[in-house]
Amino acid sequence: MVGKPLATIVSAGLSKFGRRDGLYWRELFIEAATEAFERCPNLDPRKDIKAIFIGHMGESYEHQGHTAPTIADWLGLTPVQGFRLESACASSGAALRCAVMAIASGLVDVVLVGGVEKMTHRSTAEVTEFLAMASDFPFEQWNGLTFPGLYALMATAHMHKYGTREEQLAMVAVKNHRNATMNPKAQFQRAITVEEVLKSRVIAWPLKLYDCSPITDGASCAILVRPELARRFTDTPVHIIASAGATDKIGVHEREDLTTLLSARVASQEAYRMAGIEPKDVDVAEVHDCFTIAEIMLYEDLGFCPKGYGGKFIEEGQPEIGGKIPINTSGGLKAKGHPVGATGVAQLYEVYLQLTNQAGPRQVSGAEIGLTHNMGGSGASAFVHIYKRGD
Amino acid sequence: MVEVPPPPTIESFYKYIAEGKLMGVKCKRCGRIMVPPKPLCENCMAKDLEWIQLKGEGEIDSFTIIHVPPAPFSSIAPYAVAVVRLDEGPKIPGIVKGVTQPHQLKIGMRVRMVFEQTPSMQTWPQWPRYYFQLV
Repeated sequence: MVGKPLATIVSAGLSKFGRRDGLYWRELFIEAATEAFERCPNLDPRKDIKAIFIGHMGESYEHQGHTAPTIADWLGLTPVQGFRLESACASSGAALRCAVMAIASGLVDVVLVGGVEKMTHRSTAEVTEFLAMASDFPFEQWNGLTFPGLYALMATAHMHKYGTREEQLAMVAVKNHRNATMNPKAQFQRAITVEEVLKSRVIAWPLKLYDCSPITDGASCAILVRPELARRFTDTPVHIIASAGATDKIGVHEREDLTTLLSARVASQEAYRMAGIEPKDVDVAEVHDCFTIAEIMLYEDLGFCPKGYGGKFIEEGQPEIGGKIPINTSGGLKAKGHPVGATGVAQLYEVYLQLTNQAGPRQVSGAEIGLTHNMGGSGASAFVHIYKRGD
Repeated sequence: MVEVPPPPTIESFYKYIAEGKLMGVKCKRCGRIMVPPKPLCENCMAKDLEWIQLKGEGEIDSFTIIHVPPAPFSSIAPYAVAVVRLDEGPKIPGIVKGVTQPHQLKIGMRVRMVFEQTPSMQTWPQWPRYYFQLV
């Protein structure tokens, strides 16, 4: 028995991801929002939208906070109520969860949800410093750990415990780059090889440059409505049938098992229960591949394969388009790009395209059930959503 | 005069580090040892805690070699950071001195904490440092 809709997606939009010189984030967000508006001519944004929920991680990039009213203003939606959610790289996953709760509560009927980050105008050193704020300061940062370093700790442990190999990590990057060549909005449009990944410079051993997601500018947006109202706005609704979140210890070192992303396990198990489905029922998934090892661990922790089998899962081609469960058909964070605050709803955007048969050359044929997993920092937060194509 | 123990805070932890001591707290209710100390027991939420000194010895739980460091560490890269499981149970991260290559380390290797000579007590966000070295 598949769970009942909590909220329904009637439209979605995504800016081009990549280096977007000359734009402020508020302007990038307009690009994503206007796509969502144009896709949904029956929506009158000023009249219909009753609340906005925006994921945005850092005010450091533009010295600009107070995100929700800034966006409401520049979209012409003032005086709509607005909320900015921060949960590091899971900021718009958090915004999505709050938007679903707002609709499911019955307090609002139509909401705009999205996320944004403008990062590339800052130096790599500055971006690294801003992102590091999502890790533990007095122990992790103080001992010289970076985000690649934290995921490298997980990779070393996974390789030691399960025999996972650097080549298998590289295969994740190769798959996601290949998928991105079929996504015109992706930051990278070039296929790469395992050899290129292995030869790229070491960032935090065993992770190399091509094991890491890039610095990206981008924005994402979706329109959610109470399920009963969906037909007023669209003939191709996508229902959100599960929404769950979880946290884990902020310090990676304090986690008992470095080879497991506990927040992903807890949130996904809750989501599967809520949706009334099992992992094998998922037709397409976007998961938080900020580093290749994260995607390997997520195959396991989201239940797509047994624990420890993640390396073999990619080696056997199971997460490829045409495989058992296509994962990160958009190119993922790795190749589509990772404007941190925008990523959670950008994952929704890909699943929305897939479930409405709009994904073009990367379309998964017959996809009915989709899943997104959005993770904050080194896994201290996670949000999982499950989607079903409307009848 | 009875000496009042310092509060179970991060600052107290690093003041002890400046004295060359690795200190944690033990929950008097459930026995959980916490390094660094936390004001509330993470296991049973009790606030009745006592300071204990740890040996500063343990084994490597995992490690990485940082090649692209944060700015304050640029002069020492590449350097190794390990998560160390202390013999008393808790795990903490630290730089492993003298290691620049992954083949120099293995999970399970024994390490011991060493302390930087700090001329004066520093305050947030500048703490005195501890490191690990292979035994």
